[in-house]
Amino acid sequence: MSTPTDAGAAVAVEPATVMTYREAITAALDDAMAADSSVLLMGEDVGADGGVFKTNSGLIEKYGAERVRNTPICENGFLGVALGMSLVGMRPIVEIMFADFLPSGGDALVNQLPKYRFMSGGQTAVPVTVRAIGGATGRFGTQHSATGESWFMHLPGLRIVTAGSPGAAYSLLRAAIDDRNPVIFYEHKGLYARKGPVIRGEIAETGKAAVLRAGSDVTIVATLLMVERSLRAADELALAGIEAEVIDLRWLRPLDLPAVRSSVEKTGRVVVVEEQVHAAGWGATIISELTIWGTAWASAPRRLSLPDDLPMPYTPPLEDEVLPSIGAIVAAARASVGR
Amino acid sequence: MIAGAPPDRLAWYRTMVRIRLFEEKVQELFQTGQIEGTTHLCVGQEAVSVGAIAAMRPGDVQTNTYRGHGEALALGMEPETAFAELMGRSTGGSGGVGGSMHLIDFGKGNIGANAIVGAGLPIAVGAAVAFQMQRRPNVALTFLGDGATNIGTFHEALNMAAIWAAPVVFVIANNLYGEYSPIRATTPLDDLARRADPYGMPGVIADGQDVDAVHAATTEAVERARRGGGPSLLEMKTYRYRGHSRSDPARYRPAGELDAWKARDPIEILGTRLIADGVIGAGDPVEIRREVQAEIDAAAERAATAPYPTLEETRPYVYAD
Repeated sequence: MSTPTDAGAAVAVEPATVMTYREAITAALDDAMAADSSVLLMGEDVGADGGVFKTNSGLIEKYGAERVRNTPICENGFLGVALGMSLVGMRPIVEIMFADFLPSGGDALVNQLPKYRFMSGGQTAVPVTVRAIGGATGRFGTQHSATGESWFMHLPGLRIVTAGSPGAAYSLLRAAIDDRNPVIFYEHKGLYARKGPVIRGEIAETGKAAVLRAGSDVTIVATLLMVERSLRAADELALAGIEAEVIDLRWLRPLDLPAVRSSVEKTGRVVVVEEQVHAAGWGATIISELTIWGTAWASAPRRLSLPDDLPMPYTPPLEDEVLPSIGAIVAAARASVGR
Repeated sequence: MIAGAPPDRLAWYRTMVRIRLFEEKVQELFQTGQIEGTTHLCVGQEAVSVGAIAAMRPGDVQTNTYRGHGEALALGMEPETAFAELMGRSTGGSGGVGGSMHLIDFGKGNIGANAIVGAGLPIAVGAAVAFQMQRRPNVALTFLGDGATNIGTFHEALNMAAIWAAPVVFVIANNLYGEYSPIRATTPLDDLARRADPYGMPGVIADGQDVDAVHAATTEAVERARRGGGPSLLEMKTYRYRGHSRSDPARYRPAGELDAWKARDPIEILGTRLIADGVIGAGDPVEIRREVQAEIDAAAERAATAPYPTLEETRPYVYAD
């Protein structure tokens, strides 16, 4: 595997340490709260016992119940509260226990957070980070397994970012918290136990995708859990003599189309790998934009996604079956390359 | 009016007249096509805006609604700035991109005018909780209509305000109609202040046509919140003389209802009282109205001379650097 290159890396302030994705989230929250007393964490059960997914371990003990604030179960209400806090000098981080609950906060996410600065004619910033914990593989069933990553892509004023590895989780969460605009930060609960290098203090650059593996035959674009599967697929493809370039897209708003385009100009082939239905999502947008640009395709674009016509089933064999697998990514890339 | 100034009932009177004449001018400008889209006038409800906002002190904030011209003007937005916003001009409070439903002025404590029913309530609770965390002695107010007491954010906001003892005051302008529907068709209560009970906070009813009563009730709630006594729900019984929005002739109202309320006009009530108290002379209401009318006409005229914003000007409104 080639050396990862991270176009978004800021100046590293500490050497990399290996930690889990979960620990990387905790470290980012801890470091951001330590650096700025206006940063707070709020949401359902965020305090006791490190939170439902143990991403907040030790924070309530360190920062107290005012800054690690349990809320009632009312997403639209507490997202509005976070907005109000941000208007008078605070920088709230809101945990959404399952990304599936984002629609319960629909008005705040669609009509309030993204539009608030605009409607005021730029009088205010809206520094709110929304941590949405999503993704399948946990057998959580139809209403607790969505990534939800493309649901809010239609909203100018919002930023959207996804974390595909421990290092990305840390640096992107720090970037989201530092941002003066509302950011939805998507975590994948299937990645919490994964280990990887994390650079404490690193703050990623907004809007930059990361080329995790260089290759000249086919471009694979993925987010969240699909990043890991795409890298594993690339290893298998290499054994067959196919060099895949793997891009962790990271930001969906702003979408790093230049990074994808520059890769596809080299490879002439793209496979988008999404843990969501394909229609109206980032994968469809990428293929559309590349086509509009007049990309000289060596082979038709391909996509792997969740079925367009099936909600996520609970039963373990079917949950496994509907998710894009490493084998399916390999097959799609090979079909694209033609060998 | 300057938020936090000592009670100056003559200033209140002038502000109420200013709001009334502003709204009537808006109606006229719609008819002549100088303002487009829609608008939601607060004619008849001036005492609620002015009396409640007079209870604010420097550093306090409020959120209001699409029927928010009264609050914006009571907080001191210049009529010219407000007209320019309604006309979509670059000199408007939001650079012309907000329009009638978003008269916002952070510098004057007006941190939001929301076009989504109930959305301003959690925002005010958030500001109030932030004040608590910052150990600032400030209070957030939020204005809402009777219709907003049925949406989820009302209950979510009251609940959070109560559990956190947030320094926030919810001010309902109960004008008896949620859009086109009489309140009893949508709500099983006559007195919306009772909705404070399940959240363990005071629920207070005041005469929304009487600015002194509005001010007294709001001051008590605001100062209670400032002392750490937690939130209150205030219900101001009032009436909107116009329909819900520009396109609504309000034919659903029973005959005689409007006239009955006009007989208790908030501006006349205060004017009569000021004359009786010797604050103004018998001829002053006419004179004040004449002065304010001239001010409003001139403001509208100046606003109309401003340019429309360009797309380039509005780009920085989307994202903060």
